[in-house]
Amino acid sequence: NTMFSTSLLRVGSKLIGLLLTRKGHFNTLGLRNDFGFPPGLRTKTFLLGPTTKMNLFQSVTSALDNTLASDPTAVIFGEDVAFGGVFRCTVGLRDKYGKDRVFNTPLCEQGIVGFGIGAAVAGATAIAEIQFADYIYPAFDQIVNEAAKYRYRSGNLFDCGNLTIRAPWGCVGHGSLYHSQSPEAFFAHCPGIKVVIPRGPVQCKGLLLSCIADQNPCIFFEPKILYRAAVEQVPTEAYTIPLSQAEVIQEGSDVTLVAWGTQIHVLMEVANMAQEKLGVSCELIDLQTILPWDTETVCKSVAKTGRLLISHEAPITGGFAAEISSTVQEECFLNLEAPIARVCGYDTPFPHIFEPFYIPDKWKCFDAIKKLISY
Amino acid sequence: MEWFKNKHIQVLEWPSQICRVEFSLCVLLQKVDLHRLEEGPPLTATLTREEGLKYYRTMQTIRRMELKADQLYKQKIIRGFCHLYDGQEACAVGIEGGITLSDHLITAYRAHGYTLTRGGTVREIMAELTGRRGGIAKGKGGSMHMYTKNFYGGNGIVGAQVPLGAGVALACKYLGNDQLCVSLYGDGAANQGQIFETYNMSSLWKLPIIFICENNQYAMGTSVERSAASTEYYKRGDYIPGIRVDGMDVLCVREATKFAAAHCRSGKGPILMELQTYRYHGHSMSDPGVSYRTREEIQEVRSKSDPISMLKDRMLSNNMASIEELKEIDIAVRKEIEDAAQFATTDPEPPLDDLCSHIFANDQPFEVRGATPWTKLTSTS
Repeated sequence: NTMFSTSLLRVGSKLIGLLLTRKGHFNTLGLRNDFGFPPGLRTKTFLLGPTTKMNLFQSVTSALDNTLASDPTAVIFGEDVAFGGVFRCTVGLRDKYGKDRVFNTPLCEQGIVGFGIGAAVAGATAIAEIQFADYIYPAFDQIVNEAAKYRYRSGNLFDCGNLTIRAPWGCVGHGSLYHSQSPEAFFAHCPGIKVVIPRGPVQCKGLLLSCIADQNPCIFFEPKILYRAAVEQVPTEAYTIPLSQAEVIQEGSDVTLVAWGTQIHVLMEVANMAQEKLGVSCELIDLQTILPWDTETVCKSVAKTGRLLISHEAPITGGFAAEISSTVQEECFLNLEAPIARVCGYDTPFPHIFEPFYIPDKWKCFDAIKKLISY
Repeated sequence: MEWFKNKHIQVLEWPSQICRVEFSLCVLLQKVDLHRLEEGPPLTATLTREEGLKYYRTMQTIRRMELKADQLYKQKIIRGFCHLYDGQEACAVGIEGGITLSDHLITAYRAHGYTLTRGGTVREIMAELTGRRGGIAKGKGGSMHMYTKNFYGGNGIVGAQVPLGAGVALACKYLGNDQLCVSLYGDGAANQGQIFETYNMSSLWKLPIIFICENNQYAMGTSVERSAASTEYYKRGDYIPGIRVDGMDVLCVREATKFAAAHCRSGKGPILMELQTYRYHGHSMSDPGVSYRTREEIQEVRSKSDPISMLKDRMLSNNMASIEELKEIDIAVRKEIEDAAQFATTDPEPPLDDLCSHIFANDQPFEVRGATPWTKLTSTS
């Protein structure tokens, strides 16, 4: 059994070999690059045995590979997963493990998730892929009404805890309305499922393996813009990162910054800018699990700093920042020095040509910090 | 791919003198497969010179427009997702030949051809692809979201447009205006649950809807055999009568559409058409299109069944038009496309206010919350 269960320890051990991506707002390719994935971004893990340089989609493949190897009931299915998937997350798995373990489904999201629930209830470790998070809505009923409530309504007789749903998530520079959405807030409103979003390859593999192992149906959103852009040294063996535990990536004393997925890297740049230009020390927290979320870490941090900024790409009204904001003001009301700031997408459908103006980029976040500090 | 090999068209030749131009031609069409129908569309069609030239020009425009879009995409002037229609022109043009502009049509994302046949101009289409204010959706939709009068798009989520089409058909029936709705979807989307829900509703209420499955053999990279338990898409409506038609022959498509339209307008309810067609490009511009099919296959279809070549040969070999005439049309089309591309690259982008316009219908301007608490944009739609 090669599964190690380990927690993230704040030992400050740095990982090596992080690749730099393009700087500037949008480069000539039009790809979003108002953030970098710079070397020195501390990802606090123990190095578990040998590591290989992997990008995000390769870390997904590695996690799935470990799962299929150790769990004979594991199956992977979705649209186009057999040849490797449109983002190459399942390359080589069909050849290695056989066509009855890695197979394509027709174009039917509701069918995919429904089928996945059934397979999970019967005992298989079902890993379903939805090709883009934007397409997950036909399956919304299955997820919310069936998967989330199975254990509850059967009095623990049945459950579909073996189900994990993976979907590419978030803006990508040119995705427009239906290839850029961040639907985590819709699912956060549903007790019974877990929603998890990694920020880089090391977290991705650990969190995905945790989701697969977790005895609850999980939705795992993978930031598609990071599939190639984020490269790290990732352990080749299996390891897990605990769910519902937020990670403090950088400690600070003046402002708490909370985000998940791609936006962490934007806020990392913002934290650096704040330090250089304003002398403000920011504490950056990666929420990692959206539901159920780690209230303790965030509240402790806000109790220390007194100021909170939450940022996500999804539209501001009803976005998950609203939930965090509400809880924090309940718990830390007297600690707050300034109103909680939310820097999010506009309340519009994700735009086609206006994307650079829509996204909560580092300038908007920096502006928000300035206002927080001078309140 | 057997259907390609079995295709053959016979042409009845009218007696003609060498220098006389034929104004009308009677063509024998490919046999059509029927499901739950006693008789199908007629096996012969009349093609007039005027129609021939019109179809040729429209198909050539679509072809050139798509190739131009390909070129602009590679130059990164068009970005995002771009799904090209070349190879399938006969479907759009044939369908339009069988209905009128007052009928309604809705399709999925491979919609540039339909935008044109439904009344859009090349300029507007190309400006929409580049996201400029002169675009047909004011630059806010892009490739997948183009609309004109009685053309409801342009839809990104496949399968979702079909129940919508049924709704439009209900409106037609309710208003008693003798119009119908054509709802298109592809071989991939044919497996979506909501399509079967729509079959049931439209059959139950006898809605004037023509379901058309544009079967171009591949759903992205998945061939029909690998994704469908039954590849006879025209039979998948079960209790809905169906016809399977050669989608590369514009006259076959037109006659089948006319037949289907008559069926709907007579109050008999829905009918399903499967158009067997082919796309030369990959699924979208990010797909080279050769990893799941061979170049030989694409070449074979291009040489044997290209819709534009078929029409051209038909017209030339029957003296319906001279080769110079057709060349002139080609030149005119090329110029139109060049002008449109020029417009599309030079037209300014929509103003930033448009980011928040048209979210809701509102009488007064209302404020849209922005990315930060103090930024609010005003929506003045």
